[in-house]
Amino acid sequence: MNVLGSLAVASLLAGLGFVGGQAAGLRPVFGTLIPYAAFVTFLLGVSYRILVWMRSPVPFRIPTTCGQQKSLPWIKSSRLENPSSTLGVIGRMALEIGLFRSLFRDTRVELREGPRLAYGEARLLWLGALLFHWSLLFVVLRHLRFFLEPVPAVVNVLASVDSFFQVGAPGLYVTDVVLTGALGYLLLRRLVNPQVRYISLFADYFALFLLLGIAVSGILMRYVVRIDTVAAKQLALGLVTFSPVLPEKVGPLFFVHLFLLSVLAAYFPFSKLMHMGGVFLSPTRNLANTSRMRRHINPWNSPVKVHTYEEWEDEFRDKIKAAGLPLEKE
Amino acid sequence: MSDRGLIVGGLVLFLALVTLPLWFNVAAGTTSKLPELTLPEGKDPFGTAEYMRASHMDLLMTWRDEVVRNQERTVVGLDGKTYAKSLTGTCLACHVNRATFCDRCHDYAAVKPTCWECHLEPRPVQRAAQ
Repeated sequence: MNVLGSLAVASLLAGLGFVGGQAAGLRPVFGTLIPYAAFVTFLLGVSYRILVWMRSPVPFRIPTTCGQQKSLPWIKSSRLENPSSTLGVIGRMALEIGLFRSLFRDTRVELREGPRLAYGEARLLWLGALLFHWSLLFVVLRHLRFFLEPVPAVVNVLASVDSFFQVGAPGLYVTDVVLTGALGYLLLRRLVNPQVRYISLFADYFALFLLLGIAVSGILMRYVVRIDTVAAKQLALGLVTFSPVLPEKVGPLFFVHLFLLSVLAAYFPFSKLMHMGGVFLSPTRNLANTSRMRRHINPWNSPVKVHTYEEWEDEFRDKIKAAGLPLEKE
Repeated sequence: MSDRGLIVGGLVLFLALVTLPLWFNVAAGTTSKLPELTLPEGKDPFGTAEYMRASHMDLLMTWRDEVVRNQERTVVGLDGKTYAKSLTGTCLACHVNRATFCDRCHDYAAVKPTCWECHLEPRPVQRAAQ
């Protein structure tokens, strides 16, 4: 139900973009108004989420410790798995964000004959996620050629590296293939594996379908149903220079691409996609384990009124003495 | 909290990167004006301007395959005349100047076609000598 529902919504949105690109009256809405609104929503939404997270208190050190913590000098400590310094935390975060280190530790559990519970390594999710995220970064950076004029040399270098294999014209981008393949795997994983399918929600599929829709429409525009690239750039430049133009020649497929992207950008701050910002703010990753080196006192501990035994004895000294009970202090 | 400065700094950096096209184009003085091309007289015998803008590379690749693999070296244009399937000999016979025709859009869209690694660009001097 989650699968079909999210597929239906994503298809509906793609269809809406298609219609918006064809109807002359709707083109300003889909080509100018919605992209601007989506971008503003993205910026404000992401900032809001980060600022809310920034204000949440983190009084104690709660890093996940996956190695020996720093203690006595002759005990070898694990600097990345259990960092005790800022440098260690930076290293750990860099590996987490760049290489998805914690995902690499994923395991698989199976019930074998016997019955016997068997554990094994599971690296496919890590590989798929890594390929997807890095390809997406490359694709986004390559798209700068539509938004910058003159195009910086870096973007040209990226494009020429990406089309290294020189297949056809326009040259086939490796990241296009890898991105779609990885997205396909991430979707299939949710559909094929019963356990993962059971815990998959509407939002999980929806993000995948949106991204797949954007990727497939982009690939179609480049390799199959070709569009006028120059007109597409004119539209993009018009948007970013605040002098929007709507070239007649840009095909409806372009509007599918643009509208799905707008939906993704507007949906981003309210969805699980916020892990882009959230990964930097995970207290289980970005805190050094100094719990035993330093005493961390909760800064908003309210003062507790205590009544010690000495005070109590002073209060009732006469009565205790009269009853003949022993006293700590005579 | 001591981390607030760091988080706000990171957020500002992110916002600056995401809005890069906005201030980059202001600094470069970019407008949404299209590149200007020098167009030859007459109609293109191989397709409309719209088709050519989107798919000229597909046409060239198809020609290349037909010539190299099937030895089909000529093509009948929409005007009924027979043309050689040749970039230098046919296309560039009318679109004389690569710099003010091909390159204008290719530079604009940051496309680096590999055509010129083998094909020669006909120079006006050579043309005059013929």
